[in-house]
Amino acid sequence: MKLGILINEGPYQHQASDTALQYVKAAIEKGHEIYRVFFYNDGVNNATRFASPPQDDRNISKEWSALAKTHDIDLVVCVAAAQRRGILDKGEAERNGKDSDNIEEGFRISGLGQLVEAGIQADRLITFGD
Amino acid sequence: MSMLHTVNKSPFENSSVASCISMCAKSSSILFIEDAVISVMKSTKFAEMIESSLKDFKIYALKPDLEARGLSLNNVIEGVEIIEYEGFVDLTTEHDSVQSWL
Amino acid sequence: MSEEGIVKKFMYVNRKCPYGTIYALESLEVVLITAAFDQDVSLAFTDDGVYQLMKDQKTDGIGMKNFSSTYAALGDYEIKKIFIDKESLDERGLSISDLQELVWEDEDEDYAEKSSINLVSRAELSKIMSQQDVVMSF
Repeated sequence: MKLGILINEGPYQHQASDTALQYVKAAIEKGHEIYRVFFYNDGVNNATRFASPPQDDRNISKEWSALAKTHDIDLVVCVAAAQRRGILDKGEAERNGKDSDNIEEGFRISGLGQLVEAGIQADRLITFGD
Repeated sequence: MSMLHTVNKSPFENSSVASCISMCAKSSSILFIEDAVISVMKSTKFAEMIESSLKDFKIYALKPDLEARGLSLNNVIEGVEIIEYEGFVDLTTEHDSVQSWL
Repeated sequence: MSEEGIVKKFMYVNRKCPYGTIYALESLEVVLITAAFDQDVSLAFTDDGVYQLMKDQKTDGIGMKNFSSTYAALGDYEIKKIFIDKESLDERGLSISDLQELVWEDEDEDYAEKSSINLVSRAELSKIMSQQDVVMSF
């Protein structure tokens, strides 16, 4: 089946992103296709490459990035939510006059239409949040 | 159409568990994850609510979340099915849609 | 903007107060985009979500933008299925008259204004929810 995933909370503060990671790994293991993972609300904070957790802790952004690379998963960050919270790719950083971008490899910034499209195209949409 | 409802909040924290149960159609299933796994333990003040809900719905709890919180699988209310993440995936594909009570 | 003509039933379940968290506002943004994709959109207001529709919201004192007027514009986006959980109103000592009136204009009847609001029991809402293809809750 094609599965769409919506993540509405950032890393560490809530378990949402961890649960979603475990769910996505299990779904891939079972042969399902992850149509897209969409990051909304504070979920956009999962996309920063600047997070530097202690060495004995997991790096959630890196885990998403690695999973996306291995399994070719589309990780999409909502542009409006990302702008509010300071998650920027190169183009957004330039457009908004910021001195740096901070998006992790494997994530891309796009519009909310990508979430609706996931709802339309995927067989199921599963939300992880607080 | 059958629906999977997921809840992730402790019933001691807010009313999500109660709201979910009150709005769950028969033939639906409820999966407790994260802090909501507390709901399925014997002898909490919510045990009666869960036991009576078992007559109407299938109820599941995520094993890794129970274990992470030091909750003994032996103290889970009888009739509640304990599943792994693989089982969570199966529940989402076996039901027609999923509502997360956030 | 429809996706190869696929029309799915999308329901947005609103369960939180406005302002205390951003969910109500950002949920509304998804709702409007979904309508632009020509999908079959319904909104449910239950639990504290009923407070999102309160009349007379004044946000000057908290320094936040008052977005409550956006709900009144939903009819212009052809969003005319708004379900309000009666028990949630009752539990909070509210009645339907405490909430904004939401209407849509019926082109087939000389743009007559019709109410978009359906006051429903939890049992009815549960039934409507289980008929949806995609349910999102913020």
